[in-house]
Amino acid sequence: MAAETQKKEILLPSERKMSFKEKWGYTWHEMKRNKMCYLMLLPFMVFFIMFTVIPVCMSLPIGFTDFDMAHFPPKFVGLQNFYTMFLEDDVFIGSIRTTLIFAIFTGPLSYALSFFLAWLINELHPVLKTVFTLIFYAPSMAGNIYFVWQLIFSGDTYGYLNAMLSELGITTSAIQWLTDANYVLPCVIVVQLWVSMGAGFLAMRAGFQGIDKAMYEAGAIEGISNRWQELIYITIPSMGPQLMFAAVMQIVSAFTVDIVGRSLAGFPSTDYKVHTIMTHAFDYGWVRFEMGYSSAICFVLFLVMLICNNLVGKLLGKYMN
Amino acid sequence: MAKKELKPSQIKAQQEAENAAALEALRKRREKEHRKMERSKGTNKQVGKSWKNDIGIFLFLTLLGAFMLLPIYVAVITSVKPVNEIFIMPPRLYAMDPTFDNFKDLFVVANNSWVPFSRNVFNSIFVTVAATVLHVLFACTAGFVLSKCKFPGAKALNKIIVIALLFNSQVTYIMQYMVMAKLGMINTYAALICPLIGSSMGLYLMIQSVSQIPDAMIEAAKVDGAGLMRICWGIVIPNSKPAVMTIIIFEFQAAWNANGGSLVYDEALKTIPTVVQQIAAAGLARQGAIAASAVVLMIPPLAIFIAAQSNVMETMAHAGMKD
Repeated sequence: MAAETQKKEILLPSERKMSFKEKWGYTWHEMKRNKMCYLMLLPFMVFFIMFTVIPVCMSLPIGFTDFDMAHFPPKFVGLQNFYTMFLEDDVFIGSIRTTLIFAIFTGPLSYALSFFLAWLINELHPVLKTVFTLIFYAPSMAGNIYFVWQLIFSGDTYGYLNAMLSELGITTSAIQWLTDANYVLPCVIVVQLWVSMGAGFLAMRAGFQGIDKAMYEAGAIEGISNRWQELIYITIPSMGPQLMFAAVMQIVSAFTVDIVGRSLAGFPSTDYKVHTIMTHAFDYGWVRFEMGYSSAICFVLFLVMLICNNLVGKLLGKYMN
Repeated sequence: MAKKELKPSQIKAQQEAENAAALEALRKRREKEHRKMERSKGTNKQVGKSWKNDIGIFLFLTLLGAFMLLPIYVAVITSVKPVNEIFIMPPRLYAMDPTFDNFKDLFVVANNSWVPFSRNVFNSIFVTVAATVLHVLFACTAGFVLSKCKFPGAKALNKIIVIALLFNSQVTYIMQYMVMAKLGMINTYAALICPLIGSSMGLYLMIQSVSQIPDAMIEAAKVDGAGLMRICWGIVIPNSKPAVMTIIIFEFQAAWNANGGSLVYDEALKTIPTVVQQIAAAGLARQGAIAASAVVLMIPPLAIFIAAQSNVMETMAHAGMKD
């Protein structure tokens, strides 16, 4: 009995059941107690809210309207945009397939490759580490350097790939890499993979660099006998946050594949072969100025990414603190 | 006899000298061992490490790296090819007669526009440095607070930041423009700098990395009487240097490559990427010049990257305190 009362006294205010008023009073108290936290958050949050939160909140409702940027206010049409999207727009349905193909290659595959490379690089001498990190990150560093692939995949015999193939006697005539419906998708996937070693890769490198070497020594004493065990029992668990960050980045880049395909294969591409959901949104937003429809497409894409993010969060959850 | 006489003082001195010599030898041996250990650190301490493995990894990475570098190599080669070589059949992976004509072309055209090119260079540097410095400062403090402090709203804010990362809408840019127009920022430096400061990617990386710092360390600092600001800049940030260096790289690159063509229309305020794009679109659209501009634009992010990466390595080599 006495123990019970004592237990009750020890309970923190946040664990006790409170009335509404008490709860708000407590929250207010906590907020006042932590005002330094809010003060430190303020500078970032001002910019974040102004240039990210407000625009996003403004653009969400646009998806339920018919809006062409000229007629104000936007006309409310309810779920009409979504109805059109899934039931009448064949190009959109095709773009889902394309997006999924891209997502598989530049999502899981690129993620695994980034991790694998970051791991291999980490095993090398410090100078080589910098050199190789630089090499693998370079493609995403140079803003729009993927135009070079146009020279490589060029459809005439001036293209490097065509020239090489005919020199080796494999082909006799030039292949239209970027306009032939059979080749354009693989070509753009290669380029997309090439540019996709970006933020995630660098974050993983930082994660590897942050692991305490003493952990490996301790691991060796505890009986870890090869590098695979080291990877599974020490490395991965101690870089959960970076893995999560890289996963989010990868999800974003995998589902928003657009600009590379558009600039390499032209817009629209042959047979809509590299026409992704994002390209579709661009088409309606910036070419036809149907902002309402474009916004609805982006909203669907956002929901898909959110689901993926939650799935990955569940998978990686055990490695987060 | 003489020997005996010497005994009390001299033998003691002798013994001391011997002791000192022995100590010195011991110290030297320890030092040598220590140095040996230091040298072998990171190469032999981990399980299953051997130079054969390292060479295998090196070869594999070199092969893959060659593929990664090939397009950049092609860009560099194209930028130093004279015009008559660009259209040689079959195309060559080297320049027979390398020239800097393409670069000269680029600068001549850039200088002949409304404002001197140096003005655009200044704009680029100013915008990039301002955005990077402010973003890193703000993201570091905010990242620390969001990941290590418990206060009402912390969880919700963390969720909002991830959602903001995922929300990538074609429409957002227009809304952003409208917000900026309302604030009277269009056609000022602020239009180029401000949206970059509030980018959620850097903050998210900061939150994730700071969460790895042991709470005990922060508690200890609190007990010692350090304020939040002090804990943040004195303990947490120095211990998450790889992450800080990474967001510097990200932000610098984003700011440097940002094309603010639609936000700023005054020639005197335009940055290099915008000007280069104008040049490429305005008749000089030759492969060589485009390649040259890509190569030139790549240099500053490259420099920052190398500086940041080597800094990370130095700091991590001496990082001691971890849970």
